[in-house]
Amino acid sequence: MTAIPSGIGTPITGLYGVIAEFSDAQSLLDGATAAQEHGYTELDAFSPFPIHGLAEAVGLPKTRLSLIVLVMGILGGLGGFFMCWYANVIAYPLNIGGKPHNSWPAWIPVTFECAILLAALGTVFGMLALNGLPMPYHPVFNVKRFDQASRDKFFLVIQARDPKFDLYQVRDFLDTLNPREITDVPW
Amino acid sequence: MAIKDQTPLHEVRPTTQELRMVPERYLPTPVVEPGHSFASITDHISTIVLRKKTPIGWLVGFTLALFAVGLLTVSMTMLIGKGVGIWGINHPVGWGMDIINFVWWIGIGHAGTLISAILLLLRQEWRTSINRFAEAMTLFAVASAGLYPALHTGRPWFDYWLFPYPNTMGLWPQFRSPLIWDVFAVSTYATVSLMFWYVGLIPDLATLRDRATNIWIKRAYGAFALGWRGSAKHWYRYEHAYLLLAGLSTPLVLSVHTIVSFDFAVAQLPGWHATFFPPYFVAGAVFAGFAMVLTLAIPARKFFRLEDFITMKHLENMGKILLATGMIVVYAYAMEWFYGLYSGNPFETYMLKNRATGPYWKMYIALWVCNGLAPQLMWFKRFRTSTFWLFVVAMFVNVGMWLERFVIIPASLHRDFLPSSWGMYHGTIWDWSFFIGSIGLFFCLLFLFVRILPMISIFEMRTLLPEAQAHTEEEGAH
Repeated sequence: MTAIPSGIGTPITGLYGVIAEFSDAQSLLDGATAAQEHGYTELDAFSPFPIHGLAEAVGLPKTRLSLIVLVMGILGGLGGFFMCWYANVIAYPLNIGGKPHNSWPAWIPVTFECAILLAALGTVFGMLALNGLPMPYHPVFNVKRFDQASRDKFFLVIQARDPKFDLYQVRDFLDTLNPREITDVPW
Repeated sequence: MAIKDQTPLHEVRPTTQELRMVPERYLPTPVVEPGHSFASITDHISTIVLRKKTPIGWLVGFTLALFAVGLLTVSMTMLIGKGVGIWGINHPVGWGMDIINFVWWIGIGHAGTLISAILLLLRQEWRTSINRFAEAMTLFAVASAGLYPALHTGRPWFDYWLFPYPNTMGLWPQFRSPLIWDVFAVSTYATVSLMFWYVGLIPDLATLRDRATNIWIKRAYGAFALGWRGSAKHWYRYEHAYLLLAGLSTPLVLSVHTIVSFDFAVAQLPGWHATFFPPYFVAGAVFAGFAMVLTLAIPARKFFRLEDFITMKHLENMGKILLATGMIVVYAYAMEWFYGLYSGNPFETYMLKNRATGPYWKMYIALWVCNGLAPQLMWFKRFRTSTFWLFVVAMFVNVGMWLERFVIIPASLHRDFLPSSWGMYHGTIWDWSFFIGSIGLFFCLLFLFVRILPMISIFEMRTLLPEAQAHTEEEGAH
């Protein structure tokens, strides 16, 4: 990492960002808040468990997941009802005990199950899609100690694409947060 | 660090020093024993999976379970070759042990989602160390349950006819039948439970990926971890999704056994035709499910030395749930008598008399002993905090819930309206071999699960530690 040029606004090829390692959750949260207050926008934080308020500190807008789930649930319910109605009214009408062909109360259990099924599929696949998973390769995995992020260490990265990014300033800034270690993250 | 001093009171956890000053009997039993760190929790649980040496006890148990799966394979071959006539079902009892076992397994499969979803929404922190295990149990119980109706069709290679799809025969399923509702309920439940379980596993799979030393094991876990890296943005959507899944699973889990109970309640038969069947069945399912969780958790925590994570508090709480749901079930048994007698219907009255004094009276008495009497021990703290007694009571309930389904199904079917069509039902050797085989399948999958996946949710355990509490300045201010 010796030949990386510096300068605000200059995109640096070969560098993803600079990462700082912390030993506890509070330091990471304080660090992320400080970085945001300092004007950095392209941040990300990594922790072994969810930390309340951390996503806001690294600047995540409201997630659209609930909307996806609602739409999928409504589609599932309508689809389920249509399926029962089509099968037993249009395609294969049978007289069962003199009940009307469209005996809709009997369609409700299947309608309900289909609504739940599609909503749940929407939740899981929506969450994965919004998170951009699966993603087998990511630059942060290049950091040697990053495997501790799934154990008991906490990381804060400032990305090179940040408009305020300057390699030396970022290193200095991260240093003020008292991290355990600061590392450059190559692509 | 002035912020830390202002932790809201309900989140303050006493330190070990402070605890020494309080007499022990007044202390709440912790959900994690003191003295653990993020690292120790991670290492303890992941080592169970990642260690090279397979424990002898595991090998013995797995082999036994595998023998039973062998028996299941033989039985299935017999069934497919000869037809459902090898079972004891005939006129007038067309639903025998196949449906008893189906309902029994489905009932057991309710605890997992209940613990994961409902207790999550109710913010019951103690659920954390048992939810993964219970969810796995749910999946395997549903797999065992699914075998029976699929094979009971007689020609299982045509089972896909149960699903609606345009076909050259011009046939469609009959959506007025509760049996087709069952197909949708059980398959939705299996799918959603699997997704819930898998989503919960993703961060832990990433932990195993990072801990594993063998490159192939690392890659295998890595593939299923989907490249999880614990990003704050990911965690945010992840928690959102988890909560949504819990909200979706809660009505789902209640609907599944409701729909199973419709299989009976919609029929005209005395002993089946009752409006209170759905809540009665759901309570019974929770009862059976928690009994099975206790049956499995008590030996597992001993064998894998998980006493620090599955503490007496968990076991005691499950004992309390056993008592509460057991009382609901007993209330339902009593209500059956009230409805039968109050209806003045001679067939209903006869059904009850036949249950208590007819040819299956022993089953009925045993049912009351197992489900009515045995859980009463859970009123006493002494029994609730003894692993031995909890295990004994749980075993009683496991048997009792099987008997309950026996009393409902063959004991109602064997004597209906016309005495000329009465008969008797006995399970044949193949009925029992299927039952033993499905238990084998259940344990086989469970043994594989505890060997290759973390049986306790590692990341959720981390959040239980006091160090996991971090606060932003705005929060600290009020």
